[in-house]
Amino acid sequence: MTAKIAYDDVEVGTELPAQTFPVTRATLVRYAGASGDFNPIHWNEKFAKEVGLPDVIAHGMFTMAEAARVVTDWLGDPGAVVEYGVRFTKPVVVPNDDQGALIEVSGKVAAKLDDRTVRVDLTAMSAGQKVLGMSRAVVRLA
Amino acid sequence: MALDQSFVGRTYPPTAPYEVGREKIREFAEAVGEANPVYTDPEAAKAFGHSDVIAPPTFVFSITFRAAGQVVEDPQLGLDYSRVVHGDQKFAYSRPVRAGDRLTVTSTIEAIKSLAGNDILDIRGEVRDEAGEHVVTAWTKLVARAAEEA
Repeated sequence: MTAKIAYDDVEVGTELPAQTFPVTRATLVRYAGASGDFNPIHWNEKFAKEVGLPDVIAHGMFTMAEAARVVTDWLGDPGAVVEYGVRFTKPVVVPNDDQGALIEVSGKVAAKLDDRTVRVDLTAMSAGQKVLGMSRAVVRLA
Repeated sequence: MALDQSFVGRTYPPTAPYEVGREKIREFAEAVGEANPVYTDPEAAKAFGHSDVIAPPTFVFSITFRAAGQVVEDPQLGLDYSRVVHGDQKFAYSRPVRAGDRLTVTSTIEAIKSLAGNDILDIRGEVRDEAGEHVVTAWTKLVARAAEEA
């Protein structure tokens, strides 16, 4: 567990490099296969609309996985993640076109904790809406 | 209909072991666009002190959610799964999941609440390796939306 970021080098407010993750229908089909979550709201537009959704939506766990990348890319070693939690507040709506949707993720150090750990608070947006709430990771730094 | 509060604290039997494979980790990492070699190259993983490739932090959800199926599909509990959405998800790790792990999950119902006609179910999944050592705990909040008025 060797993060490339040193505890002594970060302060409350230190920003992590923000990233934008594209998501298309093809992305969702691939994620469905890899994760085993074949709920049709993630690939079948007709079904999604029948259950009251505006269109096909991304798997919440896909969005959670993408948001984690801002933390793990910063750390280098994903094994340095001690805790990670999110609330799914709004769906990421994925239209059937070449563009799909974008998930924009930023993060900053919110608290320095014991044992060389820090809490990182993440913000994930899609189409101008916050798609994750209470999105927090506790990570152990070098 | 509100779920039976007497299910709070109920623990289900541990699942049969799930064997974590390198290629399954690779497939998952590629599906979420991960390029970090720690997920695909054993040598890169060793450079970080891991004995084999590790899995991305949310990989284990596939295993814990399958285990939570024991709860969700328990006919005595009577959850209407067609109305269920994922509310919250949290993980606490003792160590990362890695290739070669044989993981069992023990699911417990932590809380049942009823809010504005919605049933809210908190399930904790304790994930242990073959030696019985704790790997990760997953907390999953499921919300069964109130049935619409006919």
